[in-house]
Amino acid sequence: MRALWLAFCDFTPFTRLIMERHRKPILDSTSHTSTVVEPHTAYPYRLNFYDKPPLYEVTLEEFETAALDRLRVLAEIESSAARNRTWEETKKVTETQCKKVLPLNSNTATSTDRHAERRRDHLGHFVLRLAFCRSEDLRRRFVKSETTLFRVRYDTDDTREKDAFLQSRAFNWTLVSAEEKEQYKRQLIAANQHSRDKVDERWLANEPFLKVRWTSVPDLVEKRRVFLKGGYAYVPSKERLSILLEEFQNNLAQALEMTSRSIPNLDEDSRLLPILNNLSHGFIAGVPSEWSGGSGEAAGDEIKADMIDSLAPAHFPLCMRIMHESLRKDRHIKHYGRLNYGVFLKVLGLSIEEALVFWRKSFSKFTDDEFTKRYKYNIRHSFGLEGKRQNYPAKSCQQLLTTDTPEYGCPYRHFSPENLQTALLSSYASQGLTVADLPEIMHHVKEQHYHVACTRVFEITHAKQGVQKGAGIGDGEHVTHPNEYAKRSMELSRPKTEESDKMAVD
Amino acid sequence: MSTDEILPEVFLTYYRRLYPFKSLFNWLNHSHQPSRLFTHREFAFTLPGDIYLRYHSFNDADDLKKEVCKLNPERFEIGPVYNAKPKDKKTMRKTALTPLQRELVFDIDMTDYDPVRLCCAKADICTRCWAFISAAVKVLHRALQEEFGFKHLMWVYSGRRGIHCWISDKDAMELTDGQRKAIVGFLTVIPGSAKGKISVRLGSRALPPSLQDALDTLKDRFMSLIINDQDLFIHKHAWESLLEHIPSSSASELRDIWSKDVAKDSADKWEDIRAQAIKSGKSGSQQRAAMQAAMEDIILQYTYPRLDAEVSKHRNHLLKAPFCIHPKTGRVCVPIDPETIDDFDPEKVPTVQQLLDELDSAASMGGEGEGGRAEHHSDWERTSLKPYVDMLDKFTTGLMNEVRREKRAADTTW
Ligand SMILES: [Zn+2]
Repeated sequence: MRALWLAFCDFTPFTRLIMERHRKPILDSTSHTSTVVEPHTAYPYRLNFYDKPPLYEVTLEEFETAALDRLRVLAEIESSAARNRTWEETKKVTETQCKKVLPLNSNTATSTDRHAERRRDHLGHFVLRLAFCRSEDLRRRFVKSETTLFRVRYDTDDTREKDAFLQSRAFNWTLVSAEEKEQYKRQLIAANQHSRDKVDERWLANEPFLKVRWTSVPDLVEKRRVFLKGGYAYVPSKERLSILLEEFQNNLAQALEMTSRSIPNLDEDSRLLPILNNLSHGFIAGVPSEWSGGSGEAAGDEIKADMIDSLAPAHFPLCMRIMHESLRKDRHIKHYGRLNYGVFLKVLGLSIEEALVFWRKSFSKFTDDEFTKRYKYNIRHSFGLEGKRQNYPAKSCQQLLTTDTPEYGCPYRHFSPENLQTALLSSYASQGLTVADLPEIMHHVKEQHYHVACTRVFEITHAKQGVQKGAGIGDGEHVTHPNEYAKRSMELSRPKTEESDKMAVD
Repeated sequence: MSTDEILPEVFLTYYRRLYPFKSLFNWLNHSHQPSRLFTHREFAFTLPGDIYLRYHSFNDADDLKKEVCKLNPERFEIGPVYNAKPKDKKTMRKTALTPLQRELVFDIDMTDYDPVRLCCAKADICTRCWAFISAAVKVLHRALQEEFGFKHLMWVYSGRRGIHCWISDKDAMELTDGQRKAIVGFLTVIPGSAKGKISVRLGSRALPPSLQDALDTLKDRFMSLIINDQDLFIHKHAWESLLEHIPSSSASELRDIWSKDVAKDSADKWEDIRAQAIKSGKSGSQQRAAMQAAMEDIILQYTYPRLDAEVSKHRNHLLKAPFCIHPKTGRVCVPIDPETIDDFDPEKVPTVQQLLDELDSAASMGGEGEGGRAEHHSDWERTSLKPYVDMLDKFTTGLMNEVRREKRAADTTW
């Protein structure tokens, strides 16, 4: 793997990798393949500016999962921006997501394997650099979400560790002396009147000031929130985060450009490219990975064939509702539609026996014989009972967004604006969606944040169950899988007692 | 004078005999030896009939002059320094040409002042409205020097109704688009729509220091220009928008007074506001502070510089080169000394026709014969263009001295 990281060094040719999927560490063909022993001091702090590429060997699996998990977090951050979440909301959502897939504890946490967490954080970051350095747009988006992630971690960091981290890096700032503070007393007080706090001489005396080139804090300069003198900005220490973020994002933007210049050589490796492509596509679709419950096993309680007509209007996302309605209307649905809808229902909890009942009834214009000949095999096949015996997972939003058969894809993406609005109203008016909600939803669609639009519909149609704007399908998460949508919706409709009973059994 | 009066031959003679190519080269290049600052610099040409040619670049002053004389443009513009020669663009990958450096530039145009002047409108300008420009230059020049620490600011008359500023400091040349946007934000007080009310502080708390300094410069200017010269608040719609800045109870009292006595001029009205401020509360009271803040906001609203933000924000924005001829007025885009800008009279800037006449009379005076010396580089020395070219050369000398000093300092650190 070592040679791969050389792509992060300027103009270093990338050498071919030799590896065996999921087994051996990825090695390079040159001589320096010795294992690098990492001391546990490799990551003294939770916060990382990612100055050094990972110079250790990793398996392809580590490579991929570290990146995918990080991507989940970054995609959530992007969606938060698309939905104009406040900083506090974004922080909460990101923290929750991080706890799940990308935990990163501070030094005070003794029970966890801090080294492993930090190594994973480090690795995931650098893999994503490779995936996202390849276009201007991806670079910009990656820098933005990574900077937000850094800010969330900074905000939630342990004060002492944060201070130690700040001291460990040479930031280009100097402390403003008492004499200088006295000299510019009036200006320093006047320049900081924008905050709600009382800013007076006493405040000034207690607040340390840092002096930096004004270019280190363009955001403060732009809003006239800092005193400038001779090209230097006098930044109160409470605003030092601005300096950090600016440096973080400038460093990252520069590093990405450098990586993009050395990356053409990466195309030589046919095994990494699909992973990297997959990662960057995931980011574009706002969907970082397969839904964890979508592995092919039925996730929910068992569902009977005759329940589906009532479940669909109450709990299915628009894509699957449209599927269901056209099945009812035409009493038939073409191959890919059948496949997509079939595996969706399977994962929802429809057994093979119930599925055969459901499809038999649905295709009422066919005789038993026709049905058995033409469809039974395919249905059993999708359950992994025929042919290659592959148990097909349900399609994720990402797959539906990028499908070759858009008529069975994501309606938010593939419908015309007029048709989409009609479909939304006819499907969800009974659950509280009104014409007044359409502009917001259509705005997300126009911005190509389809999953945000879908999530917003979920929130609106579940307001009665107490789902608030921004809550998403729980913990502020966005819809990334139709089954996730349906499962969450069904959970919300379950009486509370049952929920707690279930937990007690667990 | 209108376009059709400036014949192509006039442009051509100006470029051949008067345009100070050598001075322009030195200014853009920061040294006498051609460097990337010049060779990788984009030039764009506007030819008659709205033909616009981009991505030209040149090896040196002579190379540029040759092409200018060949194309004989109505004007030409200066762009950024790229990572490669812009003229090689066609043979490069599509996105490979990226701007690296560029003077920080500002553009002030009199049309943005239409809401606050009565003497002229649109493209017109007179010495009375020039006072707005000179006020803007004073505020910006101070802020850019004192606050941002820039040293090499050259101000250039745009030939008609505005002024450009070019900042050549190394730090300024290297600013990213994001940093340029930040400076523009810092120096923008009047909201984009020009009608919008300014919002520069929390409640009636102190102004940020940069605006306090600007206010100190603009106070007198507001009185002489807005109140006395333009008498801007004579009409109802004008004093109504003035009242929008004032706390509502005082505003309604003033509205009553002014509706009854329509003869009050702007000076009377400003006095009324002052009286209201004193009446509103004791010194140090909140009401008094609110009135005081309102009056300060008014001064800024009516006199603070109005920048054309888009020009400054992007490294790859092109801006007309100094010493070009304005095609409508025939006037030369000459440098202006910010120290004496109050005395600057746009009407006295030489026109191209006047310069050519001076050249002819100098020749007939029996100086050097015109014949074989038609392309002499220093013909401008014998015309009223001389002080302006001298000003550019002096500016460049200061720039080059600093570049040399920095280079020496860098050498000794090794
Ligand atoms: Zn005028």
